[in-house]
Amino acid sequence: MGSTDSDDRASAPTFTVKDCALVTLATGRKVRLLQELRNRLEEIDTASLYHHFWGGLLASRFEEREYHNDFAAWVRHGIHDTVLAERLAVLDPTGFSDLEALRQEILEQIDNRLDEAEHLSWSRATVQFEFVCSQIVVFHTHRELERPEELAEVMPELSPSSVFYHFIDARRRTPDRRDDFSDWLSGYGESYSELQSQLAGVDPYFGSLSELRDELGELFSGYFGGNGQ
Amino acid sequence: MSMLDDYAAVTGSDVIAQLHQLAEPMQGMKVVHVNSTRSGGGVAEILTKMVPLMRELGIDTDWEIISGEGDFYTCTKGMHNALQGHRIPISQQLLDVYAKTNADNAEALRPTLEQADFVFIHDPQPAALLQHCPGRRGKWIWRCHIDASHPYRPVWRYLRERIAGYDASVFSLAAFAQELPHPKYLIPPSIDPLTDKNVELEQAEIDAVLEEHQLDPERPMLVQISRFDRFKDPLGVIRAYQLAREFSPHLQLVLAGGGATDDPEGATVLEEVRAAASDDPNIHILLLPADAHRTVNALQRAADLVIQKSLREGFGLTVTEGMWKGKAVIGGDVGGIRLQVIDHHTGFLVNTPEGAALRIRYLLHQPEKLQEMGEKARSLVLENFLITRHLREYLTLMVALMNNAGDRIELG
Repeated sequence: MGSTDSDDRASAPTFTVKDCALVTLATGRKVRLLQELRNRLEEIDTASLYHHFWGGLLASRFEEREYHNDFAAWVRHGIHDTVLAERLAVLDPTGFSDLEALRQEILEQIDNRLDEAEHLSWSRATVQFEFVCSQIVVFHTHRELERPEELAEVMPELSPSSVFYHFIDARRRTPDRRDDFSDWLSGYGESYSELQSQLAGVDPYFGSLSELRDELGELFSGYFGGNGQ
Repeated sequence: MSMLDDYAAVTGSDVIAQLHQLAEPMQGMKVVHVNSTRSGGGVAEILTKMVPLMRELGIDTDWEIISGEGDFYTCTKGMHNALQGHRIPISQQLLDVYAKTNADNAEALRPTLEQADFVFIHDPQPAALLQHCPGRRGKWIWRCHIDASHPYRPVWRYLRERIAGYDASVFSLAAFAQELPHPKYLIPPSIDPLTDKNVELEQAEIDAVLEEHQLDPERPMLVQISRFDRFKDPLGVIRAYQLAREFSPHLQLVLAGGGATDDPEGATVLEEVRAAASDDPNIHILLLPADAHRTVNALQRAADLVIQKSLREGFGLTVTEGMWKGKAVIGGDVGGIRLQVIDHHTGFLVNTPEGAALRIRYLLHQPEKLQEMGEKARSLVLENFLITRHLREYLTLMVALMNNAGDRIELG
């Protein structure tokens, strides 16, 4: 529970607003063949897996994301294999017990595809895949929320990276692999189950973080404006 | 009003609040940046603002310069070229000058550097200082601003021996990072939106610059701002202009640049450029002084199109500057330009003078597309390539090194 300061949620839970900064590191691992990608994936640190699934969300983009992980994008645009790209694109890291389990699933998908299409064993990518990883520094914003209603007020003021931390990174930290807001609201029993349900319906993968912030802001202000406690 | 307040007006106050929060654990710490020139070139421009901004965040920051004789700069220019792939060996005599110059500079800088909590050494020129500071107590970071993706190996081996002992290195792109026995951070450089080179200008000032250099504001203008350096391919730009001019006969080309004090090749290249331009009155070759920032600003703002047809490029801050002024950029498909020129969105990536000519023709005949790309270009720079983002990543790196971190560091 990285963002709550009280174990006794029913009495007076507070929500600590945090922010984060990511800095990227080179791993020195660069590949041009699918088989090479597979072999490197087997040994690469899980921090790199994390970056290639989540890190892209902190980057600018002009088109809607075609694929929400870097492996799928490279297989499509470097190797030019749409079949494997689609299979990798559908992987949702929150659906796995941990990043090791995710790694095994990626390897399995690649192995299956290498069995299906022999030419992929020697097809050389037009651009190399560079494994990178990131370090995330998490810090306090010195802002605490006393009541869920304050979410509507604070949301437009959050930085995009704070939205990343609470809505995306949280899925790696929380026991139920959900966002920090839902996690906090669960401390109020069933009182906010409808709001939690609405939050579960927000897909964070296909827009910018600013758009995600706007969507969450509208969701909270709509909920508390229309159905306020 | 503080400098940081000025930046908040451009970036938003949340960005500045983040910097204060990240800097909290480093209050009062000593940081020293070292490079080889205070003016000319992107590194000096970045440090001119990075240093006072760090100070304003409560970090005691200094900027030191190393100096040497002509042979030292000949050697370091050779290293620069070799890192960018030029396969020309450097003589042992020049390497000896390099080693001695670093040793001599270390004599003066040692007390400052050994006491610092963080030392940022920029590029190859001062890289050998580390071995002359055995009593160092802080973290040393080698910051490579060069496209070192395919270095000339004998020269890289020499430099690597002097860099391997650092605590971390920083490259602008993953493709540039070389194998080193320490963490290799990836931090693109940045521009400062509040310097003379990037602030908004009155139209009258832009007009005055055009008049001074006999440029016609009514005719389309293609501008490349960069040093007269072979890797910037000024001859290729002239060829592209000549090809495009067959379809846009009123086109003007401006090749404007200064010389950095650590670049002895500039004069030779400038002569070659003048010869190639021959007697074409629509090619304007402007040799500008190092402090002609407002002139550069005006030229970029007056341009219809900005071009940076580099053959090798560390990052290409002139691309960033052009994009910040809302210009679509035609850029060489190399190095850090790829990070900025998003093909068909913020401009076009090209590989040949012919490719550049094609894109010049296209954009000059598609004014709406030109404007749309320019708007996207400015937006990309706002979110990714301003000095506030650069500073945030330096602070993050420093926090990470302080904590001997894994992949997650929780402050407070």
